[in-house]
Amino acid sequence: MADKTTLQYTAEHEWVQVADNEATIGITAYAAEKLGDVVFVELPAVGTEISGGTVVGEIESTKSVGELFAPFDGTITAINDAVVDSPELVNTDPFGEGWLVKVAFTALPTMLSYDEYSAIVGE
Amino acid sequence: MTQAFTQRHIGTDADAQSRMLATVGYDSLESLVDAAIPASIHVDQFRSNDDSALPPAATEREAITELRSLAGRNSVKRSMIGLGYYDTVTPAVIKRNVLENPSWYTAYTPYQPEISQGRLEALINFQTMVSDLTGMTTANASMLDESTAVAEGMLLARRASKVGARRFIVDADTFPQTKAILEGRATAVGIELVEHPLAELADAAQDDVAEALGDHFGIFVQYPSASGKLWNPAGVISASKAQGGLAVVAADLLALTLVTSPGELGADVAVGTSQRFGVPMGFGGPHAGYMAVRKGLERQLPGRLVGVSVDATGHPAYRLSLQVREQHIRRDKATSNICTAQVLLAVMAGMYAVYHGPDGLKAIATEVHERTRQLAAALRAAGADVVEDTFFDTLRVSVPGRAHDIVSRAANDGINLHHIDNDTVGVSVDETTTSSDLTIVVGAFGGRDLFGRVDFSETQGRLPTDLVRTSDYLTHAVFNTHRSETSMMRYLKRLADYDYALDRGMIPLGSCTMKLNAATEMESVTWPEFAGLHPFAPRADVGGYLELVTQLETWLTDVTGYDTVSLQPNAGSQGELAGLLAIRGYHLAQGNTQRTVCLIPSSAHGTNAASAVLAGMRVVVVACDELGNVDLTDLEAKIAEHAESLAALMITYPSTHGVYEHRVSAICQAVHDAGGQVYVDGANLNALLGFARFGDFGGDVSHLNLHKTFCIPHGGGGPGVGPVAAKAHLAPFLPGHPLAQSDEHYLRTDGDGEVKGAATSTVVHGGSPVSAAPYGSPSILPISWAYVRMMGADGLKQATGAAVLAANYVAARLRDSFPVLYSGDNGLVAHECILDLRPLTAATGVTVDDVAKRLIDYGFHAPTMSFPVAGTLMVEPTESEDLGEIDRFIDAMIAIKAEADAVGGGRWSAEDNPLRNAPHTAQSVIAGEWEHEYDRETAVYPVHTLVRNKYWPPVRRIDNAYGDRNLVCACPPPEAFE
Repeated sequence: MADKTTLQYTAEHEWVQVADNEATIGITAYAAEKLGDVVFVELPAVGTEISGGTVVGEIESTKSVGELFAPFDGTITAINDAVVDSPELVNTDPFGEGWLVKVAFTALPTMLSYDEYSAIVGE
Repeated sequence: MTQAFTQRHIGTDADAQSRMLATVGYDSLESLVDAAIPASIHVDQFRSNDDSALPPAATEREAITELRSLAGRNSVKRSMIGLGYYDTVTPAVIKRNVLENPSWYTAYTPYQPEISQGRLEALINFQTMVSDLTGMTTANASMLDESTAVAEGMLLARRASKVGARRFIVDADTFPQTKAILEGRATAVGIELVEHPLAELADAAQDDVAEALGDHFGIFVQYPSASGKLWNPAGVISASKAQGGLAVVAADLLALTLVTSPGELGADVAVGTSQRFGVPMGFGGPHAGYMAVRKGLERQLPGRLVGVSVDATGHPAYRLSLQVREQHIRRDKATSNICTAQVLLAVMAGMYAVYHGPDGLKAIATEVHERTRQLAAALRAAGADVVEDTFFDTLRVSVPGRAHDIVSRAANDGINLHHIDNDTVGVSVDETTTSSDLTIVVGAFGGRDLFGRVDFSETQGRLPTDLVRTSDYLTHAVFNTHRSETSMMRYLKRLADYDYALDRGMIPLGSCTMKLNAATEMESVTWPEFAGLHPFAPRADVGGYLELVTQLETWLTDVTGYDTVSLQPNAGSQGELAGLLAIRGYHLAQGNTQRTVCLIPSSAHGTNAASAVLAGMRVVVVACDELGNVDLTDLEAKIAEHAESLAALMITYPSTHGVYEHRVSAICQAVHDAGGQVYVDGANLNALLGFARFGDFGGDVSHLNLHKTFCIPHGGGGPGVGPVAAKAHLAPFLPGHPLAQSDEHYLRTDGDGEVKGAATSTVVHGGSPVSAAPYGSPSILPISWAYVRMMGADGLKQATGAAVLAANYVAARLRDSFPVLYSGDNGLVAHECILDLRPLTAATGVTVDDVAKRLIDYGFHAPTMSFPVAGTLMVEPTESEDLGEIDRFIDAMIAIKAEADAVGGGRWSAEDNPLRNAPHTAQSVIAGEWEHEYDRETAVYPVHTLVRNKYWPPVRRIDNAYGDRNLVCACPPPEAFE
C-alpha cells in the first residue's frame, strides 16, 4: 500500500503516485467508502490517449456509479486486471491492490497535497 | 340498495376519517385539502364544478353492463393478420392462477427481493426461456413491446459500437410499426436510418455486402421477415460485424423452437415479443417484449434484469441486478428511460413454456409450420402466387388486383387477413388455426374445398436445411416438470405464496400509489371481446374499443384541464418521451430548431432526464432549496442563461418530495415568458385529482400513470399505461400510428380562454408512434374506464381527500418517532410523507435497510427506500387502506423505533439484534441452537396478532454486492437449493 501522505490528490477523489514519467491512479478510501460495495470497474484500454478532465472509466457500486476522470493528459500504459476481476479490491485496498490505471504523461498539473485533500474531505 | 363503489374503493369511512382528522387537526376533508393545496391553483378558480364532463358515478353492476355493451360492439373474428401479433391459447390454469389472481397482479416491482422470490423466480424462468430460445447469453426481465425493444436495440448498438458512424441499417422486410418507431426514435437522437433489402445480400461476398451497406454502427434484421420469408442472415451479420457494426435481430420465439437461433447466426442483440406464448392479443397489449444480448453486453441491457445472489445464510436467492445502470442513479446518462418491465405478461409467457416444455412448444410450432405448408400448397393449387418458398407461419400471396375482394370474402366468413396492397395479401397461421379456418381462407382465394385435398411434395415449404435448429433449449428441470394441471397449479400457488402483494396487506410505497385494483375493474380484461382483437383489425371490428378510448380520452382531459389525450404510451416513461417529442415537434414547426434545453429540477425522478435525452434535448439541472422546492432564483438564472435555447421545463406536481409548491403558477409563467413549454410530470396526480388541474395552472403537456392514479394493477412490475395529455397546440405532435384504425382523437372545445387548434371536436395526432400498437395496451384500459365511471367526479375528489388525509395522519402520528422531512403550507404533506431515518442511523447505527427488512417480520412491505432522499423512507398509504391497517403500520414503525433505541442504548449489540438480522425465516428460528441476544418470539412474532396471520419470507436478507459481482441471470440448477 502506498504511503498516503506522499501521494498527490484531485478534487475528484483520485490519488496519483508519480514515478519518473508514469503515474499510478486510483480512487481514495473516502471515495470508495462513499460509493459502497464496488461491483464493476470499467477501465480504458491500454494505449488509449486520455485528456485531462474527461471521463475515462467507471466505478460501479450496488448503489451508485462513480466516474473516473483523467487528472491530466497522457497515455494509458497499464490497467489493473486484478481489480477488473475482483472489483471489491477498490473497497478493501484502495491505495494498494485497488489501483486502477497507469498513465504516461509529459507534464503534470498542480494537484492537492495529502493535507489539502484531507481538509476537503474533512478528515 | 347497492353500496356506492366509492365506499368500497376508499378504505376509511366517515367515522374513521373524523378520528384521523382530529389527529391531524382539521374538521373536514375539504378544509384539510384546501389548507394543503395552494388556493391559487384550486380548480374552483378556473371552472364551476358543474362543468365536469364525467357522468355521475355508476354502480359496479351498471359499469359492468355498460362495459358489456361496449364489448358487444367489438367483433372478434379469427385473426390471421400476423405482423407480430398471433392468436394463442392461454392455458386456463395460467389465466385463472396468474392473470386473474391478485397475488400476482397486485404485487409491486420486486425492489424488496426477500418478499418477492416468487415472481423473481417466474421472471428468471422467462429470462432462461428467452436466452435459451434466442441462443444469447443474457436476457432481461422483458421489454414494453417488440418495436420499442428494436429501438432500444438500436440505441444499445450505438452505445456499444466502437465505430463512430451515424447510420443504422434496417432490413426493408421489417414490420411497418417497427419501422415507424425506429424512424421517430432515430430522428430524435440524430441517427440516420437506412433501409436496405438485406435478404438480397444473403449470398453475397463479404466485401460486396460491406460496399452495399457503407459505414454504419449496426444493422437490424426481422427473422423470419415481415413478409414471412425465412432466410439466413448470418453472412450479412458477419459482414456488418467485420466493420464494427452490431447486429440486432428480432426473432419469433415460436419459430425459434425449429430454426437456428439468432445467437448461432452471430447476432449481438435479440429482441422480440413473447405475446404468442399464451398472452391474448388484447387489441395490441399489454405483452412482454424481450431483449437478450451476447456475453459482454450485459451491462448495456436496458430495463430490469433478475439475477441470482445469496442470502445471509449463503442460500441462493433472486434479486434485481445492476440497478444502478438505470435512471435513478444515472439520470441523463442512463442506458434507457424505461423503468418498468411487463412482469405480469412475462410471467404468463414464461409459465406457458413451463407448462408446455420444449417438446410441447416444438409440437405447437411444428403444427403451425405444417399447416402453413398445407396452406401454401392449396393456395398454389388455387392459382395464387405464394411469393416465398421458405417460411415459418406467414405467407405473402400475390393476387394482382384481387386483394380487396379476397380480404373482404374472408372477413365475411369471419377471418381477417392482412391487406398489404391492392395486389398482395398476407396470411399468418397460429396455434389456434384450424383446418376449417384454412378451408375458408383458401376458398376466399378462389380455391373452394381445395384445402387438405392437394398433394404436395415432402420437400415443398420445408425449412431451409441451413436453418434447421440443432441446439437444445429449455433443458432446465422447471421446463420439464409441470405437465399436469395439478402440478402447474401448485407451482403457481407456491410461487405466489413466496410473495407479498396487496392481497396480504398494505404496500405503503411512496411515489407508487398502491391503491385498490377492484375486482369489477379487472373483470372485463379477459373477456374475449377485449382480449381477442388484433391491434390492426379493421375499424369496423373495433367500434366498442374506439368508443371506450374516446370516453376515456374525454374524461382524462376533463380531470387534467388539457385538451386532448393519447392513450398510446404503454408506460410512464414512454408518456414522458411522447410529451417531450411533442414539445420538440412544436418548436421545430415554429422554426425554433435551437430550442433544445430541458430544465429539470434536481429533485426530479431520474427518468425525466433520461427521457429528455431520448427526445434529443439537453438537460440543464435547476437547483432545489432545502425544502425540496424549485429554487426560483436559480430557475430565473437558468432561464435567462438559456433563453434562446429553452425548450421546456419538466416539473413534478406535487413535487417528488410530496409537497404542494405554492409558486408553481409563477414557475410556469416564467418558462412561458421565455418561450419554453411546461411539462408537468403527472406521477403524483393522485394528490390533486378533483382539486386542481395541470392545464389550469400552466402545464402544456403531462403524462399520467394509469397504473397509479387510475387503478391499473402494477402486475409485479408492469404493465403500465402512461397516457400523454396536452393542450391543443401540441396535439399535432402527439403520437400517431401508421396502422391506426383512426388518427382522430377527442379535442376539448369548451371555452376556458385557451386558443384551440380547431373548431371541431376531434384532432389528428400526427407525431411518430412511441408504442408498437396504435392504442398501446388497450386491453387494460377498461380498468381505468371502470374506475372513473364508478367514482364519478365527486368520488375522485373524495379519494384524493382520503389519500391526503391518510398521509397526513401517518405524518402526524409518526412525527415524534421520525422527523417528517418536507412539508408545505400549514405544515401539511400531500399524499405521501418522507420519514427521515438519518438521525436514527446516526444515533443507533440502525439503517434504512434494517428498518425496511424488519418491517417484513412485522408483516409489511417496506415504504420506498432512499428515494427521493438517501437515508429516508417515503410512505404513501393511499386512500384504499382502512384505518386499522394504517394504524397497524404506524404501530409497527413505532415498535421498530423502540427496537432501534434498544440497540442505541446498548441492550442489543450493533451486530446482533432483530433489525440487523431481519428478515427472519421460519427456518432461522427453528433450526439449531438459538444463540442471539433476543428471543425467537421477538424475531418472528414481535406483535401477538402475527401468531395467526404471519407472512413468512422464504429467504434471509439478500447480499446485493455478491449478485452484481457474480452476474447469473438464468435458472440455477435445482441442486443449488438443496
